[in-house]
Amino acid sequence: MQSVLAPAGVQAAEIAWLWWVMLAVCAAVFVVVLLFVGAGLHRASRRNAPAPTPERRLHRAIGGATALTILTLMGLLTAAIATGRAVQSLDGASALPVIVVGNQWWWAIEYALPNPAERVRVANELRLPRGRTVSITLGSNDVIHSLWIPNLHGKVDLIPGRQNVMVLRADRVGEFRAQCAEYCGTQHAHMAFTVTVVEPAAFDAWLVAQREPAREPVDAVARRGRQLVESTTCMMCHTVRGTLAGARIAPDLTHVGSRPTLAAGVLPNTDEALDRWLRDPQAVKPGNKMPVPGLSDDDRRAVVAYLRGLK
Amino acid sequence: MTAGLHSPVELEQERRRLTEVWADPPGFLGWFSHIDHKSIGRRFVVTAFGFFTLGGLLAALMRIQLARPDQSFLSADMYNQVFTMHGTTMMFLFAVPVMLGLAVYIVPLAVGARSIAFPRLVAYGYWMFLFGGIFLFAMFAINTGPDNGWFSYVPLAGPEFGLGKRADVWAQLVTFSETSSLVVAVALVTTILKMRAPGMALNRIPVYVWAMLIVSLMTILSMPAIMLASTTLIMDRLIGTHFYNQAEGGDPLLWQHLFWFFGHPEVYIIFLPAQGMVSTIISTFFQRPLVGYLAVVLSLVSTAFIGFGVWVHHMFTTGLPQLSMSFFTVASVMIVVPTGIQFFCWIATIWTGRLVLRAPVLWALGFFAVFLIGGLTGVMLAAVPLNQQVHDTFFVVAHFHYVLIGGAVFPLLGAIHYWFPKMTGRMMGERLGRASFWLFFAGFNLTFFPMHQLGLAGMPRRVYTYQAVMGWGTLNLLATAGAVLMTVALVIYLINIVRALRSRAPATDDPWHAASLEWATSSPPPPYNFSPLPGVATRDPLWNRPDEQPLVIGVDSTCREVLVTRLTDAAPDHRRKLVTPSAWPFFAALATALMFIWSIFSPWAVVWGSIPLTVALIGWFWPREGVSPAALRRQIESGDHAPSEATH
Repeated sequence: MQSVLAPAGVQAAEIAWLWWVMLAVCAAVFVVVLLFVGAGLHRASRRNAPAPTPERRLHRAIGGATALTILTLMGLLTAAIATGRAVQSLDGASALPVIVVGNQWWWAIEYALPNPAERVRVANELRLPRGRTVSITLGSNDVIHSLWIPNLHGKVDLIPGRQNVMVLRADRVGEFRAQCAEYCGTQHAHMAFTVTVVEPAAFDAWLVAQREPAREPVDAVARRGRQLVESTTCMMCHTVRGTLAGARIAPDLTHVGSRPTLAAGVLPNTDEALDRWLRDPQAVKPGNKMPVPGLSDDDRRAVVAYLRGLK
Repeated sequence: MTAGLHSPVELEQERRRLTEVWADPPGFLGWFSHIDHKSIGRRFVVTAFGFFTLGGLLAALMRIQLARPDQSFLSADMYNQVFTMHGTTMMFLFAVPVMLGLAVYIVPLAVGARSIAFPRLVAYGYWMFLFGGIFLFAMFAINTGPDNGWFSYVPLAGPEFGLGKRADVWAQLVTFSETSSLVVAVALVTTILKMRAPGMALNRIPVYVWAMLIVSLMTILSMPAIMLASTTLIMDRLIGTHFYNQAEGGDPLLWQHLFWFFGHPEVYIIFLPAQGMVSTIISTFFQRPLVGYLAVVLSLVSTAFIGFGVWVHHMFTTGLPQLSMSFFTVASVMIVVPTGIQFFCWIATIWTGRLVLRAPVLWALGFFAVFLIGGLTGVMLAAVPLNQQVHDTFFVVAHFHYVLIGGAVFPLLGAIHYWFPKMTGRMMGERLGRASFWLFFAGFNLTFFPMHQLGLAGMPRRVYTYQAVMGWGTLNLLATAGAVLMTVALVIYLINIVRALRSRAPATDDPWHAASLEWATSSPPPPYNFSPLPGVATRDPLWNRPDEQPLVIGVDSTCREVLVTRLTDAAPDHRRKLVTPSAWPFFAALATALMFIWSIFSPWAVVWGSIPLTVALIGWFWPREGVSPAALRRQIESGDHAPSEATH
């Protein structure tokens, strides 16, 4: 599902190469050193008295081994710095601009296109076009988080009051897991999302669809659901574009029905899972910031019908 | 300074007199007044192993929780307290105190002194350590254990997000433990630089003592950063300063710089003593002087220097400029060189020595294999791109356990086995010793080796659970199985200690045929350590013919007098009277503890809390009318024995 060693992008591929180089060299060093220890032990256990080896010869051997160590380290250093440059070599100027903001414990994501009318806000999902450079600006609304998509790139921290940038390119279509890697409080373990890499045409179509306001409910139950969203506590925190709900302190729900997961990677996006979540979010993800909505069974079913229809 | 001035009878009389002068007061109340470095050192080690046990139990709780996916053995909130408590306990209440505490016991003996310098201060350091640890676990017991990780990053630990008193408890625990480490470090530096046996010039100091000198200096240099950090954190939380509040011009990254400026040297504060222990054990059990003494000592020194220049490798994901990160990459890679040199010196010693296979040497050899892996993954972590992938994952968890357990706990368990006869007068069993080593070695690798793979497979550290679909279940189960083995190994180690303490067979003065001065006195040593006081003519004094062993005479045995020697050549400089046992350090520590704990609740604690502390310090430093040594000698010669009065 996710691995540093199954790269789907140029950055991760470079780093995986560095890993294999390092692993090979380190394994060789490990074996050689232990062989010398073993051989020394063999000699030392068969002897009756310490050997009168001249110290000068020993010192020369130690000096030689030290020189070899320094040479090896220089080699690894060169590989590390070369990889560092290769990882940084993409030009971020013409890249697709994305803003990711960390929150306890979910991700706000915005496609920050130059034309304000084309901007799109989503939450807990990142869709990327294959083969296009993406420049992700990282910030935080509360504590320090860290964005890590192992198959695509190393991690970069999201620090309140600062902006970090991560430039990457995905070269393989597929679904990859991303997660918070810096301990950020009670539910740090449950702060993940899915990165979906698609062909550029599919990406453009998706982006257009995401720009649309929320779909109108199609039946009476869903209509009642919409009315509940607009009239109960939901709208205090969430946005559903095209409705009265416009608050920004919780994930944007405009197209929540089309997301791969719910509650930042905790639940699959199904009717049952959403129902379970709405019954008691604190039972699913203890300590998260969503209060128990306190809806009756019928009301909850209506809200589920409405939200699940927001494709 | 020549031997043989005393007849056996005179020597016996002198030893009785010395015992009376140097012995700590007896009884329960006297127990609070102990200042003998052996008593305090033993307390440090025993207490630290007590906290090691608690920290280990916390680790066991985590391993149970993570053994299978989606478990609810611990709640998220409890797990977060448990991992924070585990890290905080192991770093601040076990690793550092046990290394300093063992040195409090061994170093004065190894340099041939009658006492540690500033013995009351060292006693105060012990009480501060004990009170800090009790405070931490008492708060944990009432669900106020810190829960922000052992490096307590702001703003998570700041006033806005770190609710309740949990982060304050962490910050004050740090203050407790730093106070303790700092005073012990000062005493060790003074002892090593000014109280060595005559003739123990700088180039004759045992390598272990060198390591402790360097570690103590590192402690003194790195502690101010963490003191500043924990104090400013508490000020942000208590009186609304804005050191770490980015909205008011503060900076969360400032915390990370301050913490790691201390935090990385801290790793070497734990690791360098262990290197000294390995050098000692290798030299003893291969029965030859360490090859490359000078290279080893210089390696220790340069490790300490470079160790202050690598802290940013903990911050490679925070978005610092590429060039500055490269600097820290180079430093982090270069710190391998001095450790490599020590490895080569040890191998050369093994290569040319004669092996006497006993349990302590097994621990040292286990250190070779395990620490080597930790060191090599450390080189990987120095590479910025690779670091950005595996930072804050289980790969790093594996790395630092290989470094800290491999680099410090293996040598420490070997060193305890090695010095046990000196400290108790009893030998630990060889068979149980070997059994505990092999089980621990297997269990350790089973626990931590799979974690490398878990990290590469995307498992971040500090997660209280994970989903079954992640596929991390099998390796986590293996790790938990390994933890069971480690527990069994440590229980066997403990049984070995208990059995040894109960056995009747006394240990000889020098059971390992070792080279350094602590083996020149009885096991366990008398309160005065040595009589007559030893001098030193070579680097490995006990491996030379006894009749070449110089002795010191002329130090007053009727009062607590020690010989102060010169820094470089350890030529006798002057004699000095040391302080007497006193319960005031205990009361001073009690008053300090009151002030520290109170100050989590009110800034006024610093004002009102200073009153009892002042009273305690006045008691501590109250000048006493002493009888001059000359007057005392006249009294004794006239048959009027009153040495105990002389000490007041």
